[in-house]
Formats: sequence, structure tokens, C-alpha cells
Amino acid sequence: MAAPQTIPDLPPLEPIEQGTSLWKDAVRRFLKNKMAVFGLGFVLLLTIAAIAAPLFVKSFSAQNLAYGAQPPSSAHWLGTDVLGRDLLSRVLYGSRISLAVGVCATLVSLTIGVFYGAISGYLGGKTDAVMMRVVDILYALPFTVFVILLMVIFGRNIILLFMAIGAVEWLTVARIVRGQVLSLRKQEFIEAAIALGLRKRAIILRHLVPNVLGITIIYATLTVPSVMLLEAALSFLGFGVQPPMSSLGVLIDEGAKTIEEFPWLLIFPGVVFSVTLFSLNFLGDGLRDALDPKAAKD
Amino acid sequence: MFRFIARRFLQTIPVLFIIATLTFFLMKSTKGGPFDTEKATTPEIKKQLEAHYGLNKPVWAQYLDYMGNLVQGDLGPSFKYAGWKVTELIAGAFPVSLELGCYALAVALTIGMIMGFVAALRPNSAMDYVPMSLATLGICLPTFVMGPLLILTFGIALGWFNSSGWFFMSDRVLPALTLGGYYAAYTSRIARSGMMEILSQDFIRTARAKGATEWRVIFKHAFKGAIQPVVTLTAPVTASMVTGSFIVEKIFDIPGMGRFFVTAAFNRDLTLVVGLVLFYATLIVVLNLIADIVLVWLNPRLRFE
Repeated sequence: MAAPQTIPDLPPLEPIEQGTSLWKDAVRRFLKNKMAVFGLGFVLLLTIAAIAAPLFVKSFSAQNLAYGAQPPSSAHWLGTDVLGRDLLSRVLYGSRISLAVGVCATLVSLTIGVFYGAISGYLGGKTDAVMMRVVDILYALPFTVFVILLMVIFGRNIILLFMAIGAVEWLTVARIVRGQVLSLRKQEFIEAAIALGLRKRAIILRHLVPNVLGITIIYATLTVPSVMLLEAALSFLGFGVQPPMSSLGVLIDEGAKTIEEFPWLLIFPGVVFSVTLFSLNFLGDGLRDALDPKAAKD
Repeated sequence: MFRFIARRFLQTIPVLFIIATLTFFLMKSTKGGPFDTEKATTPEIKKQLEAHYGLNKPVWAQYLDYMGNLVQGDLGPSFKYAGWKVTELIAGAFPVSLELGCYALAVALTIGMIMGFVAALRPNSAMDYVPMSLATLGICLPTFVMGPLLILTFGIALGWFNSSGWFFMSDRVLPALTLGGYYAAYTSRIARSGMMEILSQDFIRTARAKGATEWRVIFKHAFKGAIQPVVTLTAPVTASMVTGSFIVEKIFDIPGMGRFFVTAAFNRDLTLVVGLVLFYATLIVVLNLIADIVLVWLNPRLRFE
């Protein structure tokens, strides 16, 4: 009698292929983009360092004239400036202001841009034509000149700086949001909202604005570096952040004045600022590629 | 073509009118005037000063005077440079800025287009990666970091150029590179994608199939289409070069209009600030007009849109 046949081991079950959600897919695509991951890492690191700065550095404005303008050493990693202030502390505190201006002014510009674009796109017709013509006209103007004009008229003040920069950076957001809304308003859920008798205000606020937030977030990461650049340029010219506060633009300005004698005063803030811009740009590009539903699935 | 230009030209007039009105009333809404000094001025002197500059009239009369003068090309007297008219000050400083701007634009367009086109011809090769990495680097180095770094390298360490000033031809090199380099980086990216898009089109394949040399394909067939995005970009680039020029003129100590504007803004020399704002706005509106005309000339289909 033949030995009872043993049941052969079944091949292991193939794992059922999980449907990847849009979100998981986006994360995977984002992680594949090395530069974007680097950008995210650097931005996070700088943000944490800037927020936590008061915990581990002494005062950013403590002067020590006897110890002025020392090159980098073990006591002062990035050296000290002409007044003997520790450059590392100043760079960290400067980044705080630069990032804060970047984020706040971006929020201002997003708020204006999203509502302007949503209203213009939803109402359409003559209102849309006039509103977009205004944007076209403003586009053709030298922004910095106007920001400087505003700073002259209303005085140099950091809150005004947020407002002024935000007020000139909303144009592109408005255009992008309008484009999105134009395609959204043809869709069924808007028709349903109209059929249910919602007012225009409610449709724009409750149905359109939440739907364009995704693209707005992507665009926001790309607005932050351009706002920071504008802030730094204004600070460099003397219209931005006023002493004793300092931003990276102020530090670069101070460094540029003494570049022959103390080049590190320019190089360190300059490098931090450039790498930040670089990181934010790659982060924004990476997010756009990862989240844009129209981007090809690789 | 003529009708298109005429229509676009007429469109610029209300834009300039709105800007002039807006800046005028912004200026009027400001607190504190140019004559507020640390020493207290006697009321009589202040009255005389205000009468001299027409500031004692009601605001609408001042507005009419101002617009009337503006139409005649008169921007009024400067408040701080006594005896100088704003137009005279602009006439003195503008040529310097114009010269700087032309060099910078030449740098941006030639370097940018050469880099972009070279990169587009051999995509994903070293000839693509090297110029495009340079472009990424260029975009992340703002003018106010780039300028001092160039001074440090070529002015101080190597001693090839003066660190600042505007006296010799050699003084033009570093400012033009600083201002133009940033936009060369932008231009190269746009030029690359423009050229790549054109080269993938059917008429290029046809030209190649008929045996046209690569040289002829690029310069005779593709070039005109490939530079269109670059032309579209040139107007906004020139506009943002205005901002750049403030910074570059400060770094290199160039006696141009940008430095004037910054000084005037610090001094609260309102007529000069408003005059310069209007001048800049006009300049940019005119540049946009020229860019539109060139675009239509390159691509006649746009005329009907």
C-alpha cells in the first residue's frame, strides 16, 4: 500500500494587491523625489531650530565690543559680528523673522487670492472680465516699487510689511484659483447646491473654497520662498525689518558692508538663506508633482 | 497689425491714469511731510513753503494741477533737492540705469538662451545636466548674495575688477553679471522647454525627413517658435530687474535711478517718489506693449484672440 500521500504544501497565498489611496500614492511619489525630501528635511530642521532658538542660545543682541568680529571658533561656531554678537544666534533669530514673514505674508496673499479668484470665477461674465483685467493691470506693475511706496507712506513696521507683501503676492493665486473654479462650477455638486437653493455666498464659501484648498497649499509652498526673497530684498535696502530685530536679509546687508574684512558675516547668512530658498522651491515642486492629480502615474 | 498696436496702445492710457491717481492720493494720505525736520519750523516759514509748492490749495485743486502738469510731462519740483525738477533728476540718473539694464538683459538673454538650447538638443545627457544644474544654482542665489560674492572673488581676491564705482568699462562687468546672471538662469529653463517642445513637432520631423541639416533645422525652422516663451518672459523679467537694479546699484555704488528712488523714499521726498513710481510704471507698461507686439509678429495667430 502506498504511503498516504501527503498533501503538498500550497504555495503561499499571493498578497491581495491593495488599492493605493490617492494620499498613499502621493506620499510614495513624494518620497521618490530625493531633492524634495531633502528640501522638506532642511525646512523642518531650520523651522525647529528657529522656534527652539531661545532655549539654547543666549541673547541674539548681547553685545561684547571687546570680542568684536571674531572668525568662527569653538565658542562661537559661526564667529561674531562687529559688535561682538554671536552670529549663530543672529542667524537663528533672523531665520525666525524671515520664516515668520514668509508664512504670514503667504497667508495674507492666499486669503485675498483664494476669495478673489473664487468670486471672479464663480460669478463669471462681466464681473469676471473686470476683476481679471484688474489683476492683469496689477501684474504689469513693478511690485517692489509699490511695496516701498507703501512703506514710505505708512511707516516702517513689521505688521505692515506682512500686509504690503501679501497685498502684492496674491495675483497669481487669484489666477490659479479662478481657473480651478471655472472647471468646478460646471460639476454636478454645484448644480445640486444651486437646485437646493443655496445662495451664491454659501456656494462660494462652503463648496468652492474647500475644493480649491489642495492646489492652494501646493502653491503656498512656492509662494513662501518668493515672499522671503522680497522681504530679504527690502530688508537689504533698509525698508524691511528694523533693528534690533534682524532677518536674514538684514544680516546679509550687514555682512555685505564688511565683506573685505569679515567675509564670514556675509557667507553664513547667505548660505543659510540660499539653501532655504533652494529647499522650499524643491519642496514645492515635489508636492506639486506628488499631489497634482493630472501628473502622470509613474 | 496696425489696428492691433493702436488698440493695445489705447489700453495703456487708462492704466497709467489710474496709477497716477492712485499714487497721488496715497501720497496725500500720508502723515508727516517732507518739511518736518527735527528743528521746529516756524508756522510762517511752513506756510510759505506750502504756498510755494501749492500745498495750501484744496486737495482736488492740487490734483488738477498735478494731472495738468503730468499731461505736459512735468512731474513737479523735488521737495528735497531744492531748485531741481523731478524730470531733471530722472533725466540725469536714467541713462546710467538704462545702460546697466541693457548689459544685464544682454547677459541674461545670450547666456540663458545658449544654455537652454544646448540643454534641449541633447536631453538627459551631461550637456543637459551641467547647464541646468547651474541654472538651479543661479535661481537660488539672490542678487544680494551673488553681488558681494562676485566682489569678494573677482574684486578682492583676484583683483581683476574694481569693487564699486561706475567710471570705466570694466566697472560694468560685475554689476551686469550680478543682475543678468539671475535671469540668465530663469531664461535658460524657459528656453530649454520651449526648444524641446518645438523639436518634438511634426514640421521638424518633416524638415529632417527632407534632409535638412541639423543646423538648418534649428535656426531656420525651430528658432522662431522656440524663442516665443523667452520673449513672453522678457517683459516681466525686465520689470523685476527694476527691483534687482535697486539692489545692484546699492552694492556696487552706481549713481542710477534705483539708488535715487531708495534715497528719495528714505527722505520722504514725495514728489520725487511719486515721479519715479510713475516713471517705472510707464516704463514697464511700455515694455509689456513692446513684448506683445513682438509676440504677435512672431506668431500672427495671436492677433485674432
